[in-house]
Amino acid sequence: MGEPDATGRFGRFGGRFVPETLIPALAELEQGFRDAWADPAFRERLDGLLRDYAGRPSPLTECENLSERLGLRLLLKREDLNHTGSHKINNVLGQALLAQRMGKHRIIAETGAGQHGVATATAAALLDQECLVYMGEVDMERQALNVFRMRLLGAEVRPALTGSRTLKDAVNEAMRDWVATVETTHYCLGSVMGPHPYPWMVRELHRVLGDEAREQCRALTGGDPDVAVACVGGGSNAAGLFVGFADTSTRLVGAEPAGGAAVGRGVPGVVHGSKSYLMQDEWGQVLEAESISAGLDYPGIGPEHAHLSDTGRAEYFPVSDEEVVDAFVTLSRSEGIIPALESAHALAWVIREREALAGQTVVLCLSGRGDKDVEQVSRILGPNAGSDRGLQ
Amino acid sequence: MKAPDGFLESHLRARRDGGAKLLVPYITGGIDPRWIDLVRSAADAGADAIEIGIPFSDPVMDGPTIQAASERALAHGATPASILDDVSGADVDVPLVVMTYFNIGFKMGVERFASESRAAGISGMILPDVPLEEMPEWDPAAAAAGLETVMLASPLTPDDRLPLLTGRAQGFVYGVNLLGVTGERAAIGDMAATLAARLKAITDIPTVMGFGVSTPAQAAEVASHADGVVVGSALMRRVLDGEGPLRVGQAIAELRAALDAG
Repeated sequence: MGEPDATGRFGRFGGRFVPETLIPALAELEQGFRDAWADPAFRERLDGLLRDYAGRPSPLTECENLSERLGLRLLLKREDLNHTGSHKINNVLGQALLAQRMGKHRIIAETGAGQHGVATATAAALLDQECLVYMGEVDMERQALNVFRMRLLGAEVRPALTGSRTLKDAVNEAMRDWVATVETTHYCLGSVMGPHPYPWMVRELHRVLGDEAREQCRALTGGDPDVAVACVGGGSNAAGLFVGFADTSTRLVGAEPAGGAAVGRGVPGVVHGSKSYLMQDEWGQVLEAESISAGLDYPGIGPEHAHLSDTGRAEYFPVSDEEVVDAFVTLSRSEGIIPALESAHALAWVIREREALAGQTVVLCLSGRGDKDVEQVSRILGPNAGSDRGLQ
Repeated sequence: MKAPDGFLESHLRARRDGGAKLLVPYITGGIDPRWIDLVRSAADAGADAIEIGIPFSDPVMDGPTIQAASERALAHGATPASILDDVSGADVDVPLVVMTYFNIGFKMGVERFASESRAAGISGMILPDVPLEEMPEWDPAAAAAGLETVMLASPLTPDDRLPLLTGRAQGFVYGVNLLGVTGERAAIGDMAATLAARLKAITDIPTVMGFGVSTPAQAAEVASHADGVVVGSALMRRVLDGEGPLRVGQAIAELRAALDAG
């Protein structure tokens, strides 16, 4: 998992398929990030914010109860304990500082479940930046609490009213905004997708979680895990986790929602600025993803994941909404940890594969906490709170 | 009917060099079951070339009007193949240019997409999400098929990059009038005049400006700085509002008259 080539490609994927208006800004952003990343003062400021504001390093939690039940050793990388409740803050603090350094005071973002939107609104409040978040109208209904949080933090939340009115359409609206305002605005893209340099830059900003997980795992177990697993929509928490173990023999696994399995059901395509695996019809029209989790409701995947799948370095498997709800209940009851529905995808894969994984050490990125999802899940589980669900 | 190779640029050059300002209306392919009549009426009303949109589900360079037009066409079942099939029967004597997003051609296979477009009578191609750096994905297929690839230039394109775009452009260079997406605007800012002047200073290829041109007066104003204009949303709004080829043709004739009056 090195740098992309000069055209922003990982193997045959990636690139910069955007309107001419954005090309100078992307070149400026790439140079700005390279300069900042090489600047000790920038890194020190970011590290300080990650430590004292976001709460890093996040713990690596040994799940003794669930490990015993599953017959394997399960370690959770606790990104849910970060400020704002997910891994998204790692990327956003870096991009917000970068925007400040580049003299851009207006930040726009897109969000699905709202985790990236809340993180962006938070960083913008901290750094006194104007913030506008695009969110699909359907997602605004599903995640009303996060919409309120963003507004409380001072951000404007604007509904995307086109198409499926979910994350894909919020990305379209954010790109349209950026084309019109690129001189004054930084687009704080929320995953390892979009045109170069975003997939690479966002991965580097999430590298901190993978590096921590590797060191913590070595300290705890004396070695690298057999498996590192994370959920994948666009794929940012998975990219951050995977890069920490890229040069080890650890098996890298991404869990995709069955209704939005870009690797499993997608074919190469170009949308939102890069070439990757994409769910589309026979004529190249992008299909609508369907997932219980708004954060994974995206028909594509980051280009580096497409490349990792091509080369076999990482594997990607779909899990069903039903398995996800069972995993959600299982972790809550076994460990007292309510996971984000996104993260429950990764656990759902582990539970399904527990016999094959018997005796192995598994590091699972718990990318976010489930507060935002409990109302939605309560409607599914009903009054007995799922006492008949999950691993019995 | 297959147009001769190089028809887009040779036709526009001949018209310009004869003293005309160029008018390039945009029509969304498949927006209406009888959409090809819109193409014919545009040609009859004095279009110098006609842009035909092949709709894409995620048109990030387009505003609400063109997006709505695209959604309507897709809802009617329009596909790249059906649109090209319709075009092949259009029988108009002005060059036709496809405007679409790269994934449409990529999914079909760029060689097939280019050759089938050309076979249907298309002369040129506009791909707004394929910048200079990604042209190697497209150029060989276009060259093999004899398609002219139009390049877009933006008000933010730096001085050292502009000649690279105009040097690569075939047919015409498409100057983007403003920062933003397609759609009608109350006024065209001064970015259009500035970009047109920068383009005219470095290239002889026809310079056609688009985005935001809504009225005959705006068309004349923008064309006074360049060789011509593209008008899209203002026409597709009429179609979405229920107007047919006759009324849309009248609107195009009004644009023609304004350009001819200078």
